[in-house]
Amino acid sequence: MVERLRLMNKQSEIRNPQSAIGKNWQCPIPIQEYPTVLMAHGGGGRLTRMLIERMFLPAFRNSTIETLHDGAVLEIEGLRLAFTTDSFVINPLFFPGGDIGELAVNGTVNDLAMCGARPLYLSLSFILEEGFPMEDLWRVTRSIQAAAEEAEVKVVTGDTKVVDRGKGDGLFINTSGVGLIPEGVEISPQRVCPGDVVLISGAIAVHGIAILSVREGLEFETTLESDTAPLNGLVKALLDSAGPQVHMLRDPTRGGVATTLNEIASSAKVGIMLEEAGIPIRDEVRGACEILGLDPLYVANEGKYLAIVAPEAADAALEAMRAHPLGREAAIIGHVVEEHAGTVILRSQVGGKRVVDMLSGEQLPRIC
Amino acid sequence: MKYVDEYRDEAAAQQYVQAIRRTVTQPWTLMEICGGQTHTILKFGLDRMLPKEVTLVHGPGCPVCVTPVEFLDKAVTIASRPEVIFCSFGDMLRVPGSHEDLLIVKARGGDIRIVYSPLDALKLAQDRPDREVVFFAVGFETTAPANAMAVWQSKQMKLPNFSILSAHVLVPPAIEAIFSAPGNEVQGVLAPGHVCSVMGYWEYEPLAEQYRVPIVVTGFEPLDILQGLYMTLQELEEGRFEVKNQYARSVHREGNTQAQRLIREVFEVTDRAWRGIGMIPRSGLRLRDGYTEFDAERRFAVAEMAVEESPECIAGLILQGRKKPPECSAFSLCCTPEHPLGAPMVSGEGACAAYYRYGQGAQKVSSR
Repeated sequence: MVERLRLMNKQSEIRNPQSAIGKNWQCPIPIQEYPTVLMAHGGGGRLTRMLIERMFLPAFRNSTIETLHDGAVLEIEGLRLAFTTDSFVINPLFFPGGDIGELAVNGTVNDLAMCGARPLYLSLSFILEEGFPMEDLWRVTRSIQAAAEEAEVKVVTGDTKVVDRGKGDGLFINTSGVGLIPEGVEISPQRVCPGDVVLISGAIAVHGIAILSVREGLEFETTLESDTAPLNGLVKALLDSAGPQVHMLRDPTRGGVATTLNEIASSAKVGIMLEEAGIPIRDEVRGACEILGLDPLYVANEGKYLAIVAPEAADAALEAMRAHPLGREAAIIGHVVEEHAGTVILRSQVGGKRVVDMLSGEQLPRIC
Repeated sequence: MKYVDEYRDEAAAQQYVQAIRRTVTQPWTLMEICGGQTHTILKFGLDRMLPKEVTLVHGPGCPVCVTPVEFLDKAVTIASRPEVIFCSFGDMLRVPGSHEDLLIVKARGGDIRIVYSPLDALKLAQDRPDREVVFFAVGFETTAPANAMAVWQSKQMKLPNFSILSAHVLVPPAIEAIFSAPGNEVQGVLAPGHVCSVMGYWEYEPLAEQYRVPIVVTGFEPLDILQGLYMTLQELEEGRFEVKNQYARSVHREGNTQAQRLIREVFEVTDRAWRGIGMIPRSGLRLRDGYTEFDAERRFAVAEMAVEESPECIAGLILQGRKKPPECSAFSLCCTPEHPLGAPMVSGEGACAAYYRYGQGAQKVSSR
C-alpha cells in the first residue's frame, strides 16, 4: 500500500511538473480516518483491506495470516490442514434460491475448497435476537443440515447466544471449518505466473442481484435465484483433471470478480488481462445491473470460483469444469501477463482498454 | 442482450473511429456534458481509440458533483434529527459536506435510506405517519419530473410528514456559463440525452447559434458516443453550428411535454450556486408557491446555512472542462474515492472518480 501511494505520488508529479504542492506534498497515510466503523469497512473492498492491513495484520502478524488467503494452510505432523472462519449477517434471511443457513455452510466449505482442501468438519455458532421466531430457526437448522449433507461435511461443535431484542438483526451465524489438502495440490498466489490462464466456473453476479431484487425498497421483478452452492465437488473435478497445474483458486464473493482478481494480481505481483466479451453473464443479471447502475464485475457471487491454471492445462481444466453440473457455463476470461504488475486491465466489448480497479467502498446505486 | 449489445459492437465502433479519423483535419476540443457519458467514454476506453487531434473535456453534468456543499450540510443537519427518515439516491451518501457525509450520520444512528424513486419515499411517509420523511431531490431535468410527481401526489393526499430538500439544477444555463466564460476552449458539445428526453432540445438552438458551437444530443452507449462525436466533428470541419439529434430513439425536439407541465406546476426557476462553479442565474428549481409546505428547508429551518469549500479542490475547473482531473495537485494523493475532497471524486458519474477508477494505470495501458 505504502509503495502504491509512493508510486501514485510519483505519477502525479509527472502529471504536474509545475505544481509546488505536487512536489512537496507528503500524503498523510492512513488516508482513511473515519472515527467510527462504516458499512463499507465490511464491504470487501478497499476499506476492508485497509482495516485488515492497518489494524488486524500488525496485531497478529505471522507467516500464515500474511498470505491473506480465504483460509489458513497449516502443516501439522506431515498433514496439510486448511482452516477458515466466516460470519453471515445477510438480510433478508430467506431469499430466492437459499437462506442464511445454506449460505453459512457453503461459504465456509468454499473457503476450504479454495485452499485446495477436502472440507471435513464445521463448527456452528448462532447469535439470536430475543423474539426471533422458533419456526424460522428450525427452517434455518434444517437448511444447514441439508447443505452439510450435500457438501459431505459434518457439523461437530457449536454455540448459541441470545441478545436483547433490538440488539441483533434476527439471526447471525458464524461457521468455522477444517479440511485436508491432498498430496500434490498447492494453491498459492506465489505460483501464479505470466502466461497462466484465468477461468471462471460460471455466470457472474447472480447472488448479489438476487439479494438486491428482494431487499426492502429495491424490489423489482425477477426470477433470479442465488447461485449459492458448495464448490468442493467442482474443485475436485478441476484438481482431478489439472492437478498441480492449478495455481490459484478463489471464490469471488463480496466485492466480486474485480476485487478478487485485484487481490490476486497484487499478491502474485503479476498483471491480469481480462476480455469483457468472454465473461459469462446472464441477460437478466446484466439488465438489472444496467438499470441499477451497478458494475457486475463488483457484484457478489456465492457459487462460483476463479481458477488460474498453467496454459497447457487450460483446455482440460475447462472441459472438466463444464462436465460438472455446477460448471456448465465455465469460461476462459483472461490471462496473466508480466506487464502492469498488480493491475487488472480489461479489454472492453468495443475494443478499448481500461483499468479494473478495486472497489473503494460499497457499490452505491447511482442517480440516473 | 437486446438493445445493449447492438450499441457495443466492436466492428461498428471501429467503423466510427475510422470515419472520425477520415473527417478530422485539425485539433478540436469537445465536451460531453453528462457524467454518464464521461463514464461510458472511460469505461469502454473510447478516449484511447480516438485520433490525437480530438480532445475530450468533461462537463458539469454530474448531479452529485454540482450539488453545493451547503445542501450537503443541510442534508446532514436534517438527517441527524431523530424524528426524520432521510431518503436519498445511493451516490449522494458519500459526498462530503463541510465536515461530514451522510454515511457518517448513518453510522451514528441517523435513519438514512437509499431509494430508487421519490415515490418510494412517498410510500414510506404513508406507512410511517409517526416519522418525518424527507427526500433529497437532486439532479437535472431528468429527475425533476418524478420529484415533482412525488410533491404533487403528497399535496393531493394531504400528507403532513413528507417534504423534499430540492437542489435541482438545469443544464442550458450551465452550458451558457461555460460558453461565455473568458478563455473557453470548448468547440463542440455532446448534449445530455436523458435531460433532452424530458426537455427536448429547442432550448439549445439559440445557444449553438449565439456561441457558434455545434451541439449534438447524444446517448450513453459506446456507439452513441462515437456517433455523437462523429456528427459534432463533421459540423466543425464543415463550419456548421447546428443542434443535431443523435439520440433520436429517445429524444424529439419538443421533449416530454407532460413531464414539463408537471415540473412547471410544482417548481419554479431560481438562481442556484453550483458546487465548484458558483452562482449561475436562473439555473435551479425550487418549490413554487402552493407547494412550499413540502419544502424541507423551511420545515427544518436550514434555509440560511452557508459554508466554504476546500480550497485545494479544483472541482470548479474540472466541471467546466478547464482542467482534467490528473492536473489537480490533490488528485489520487489527498483526494481519493475513500477520502474525497470534492464531489467529482465521489459520484459514480464524477470525472475525477472515473479517472481514478479507469485511468489510474493509463500509462501502463498505453505503453502496451
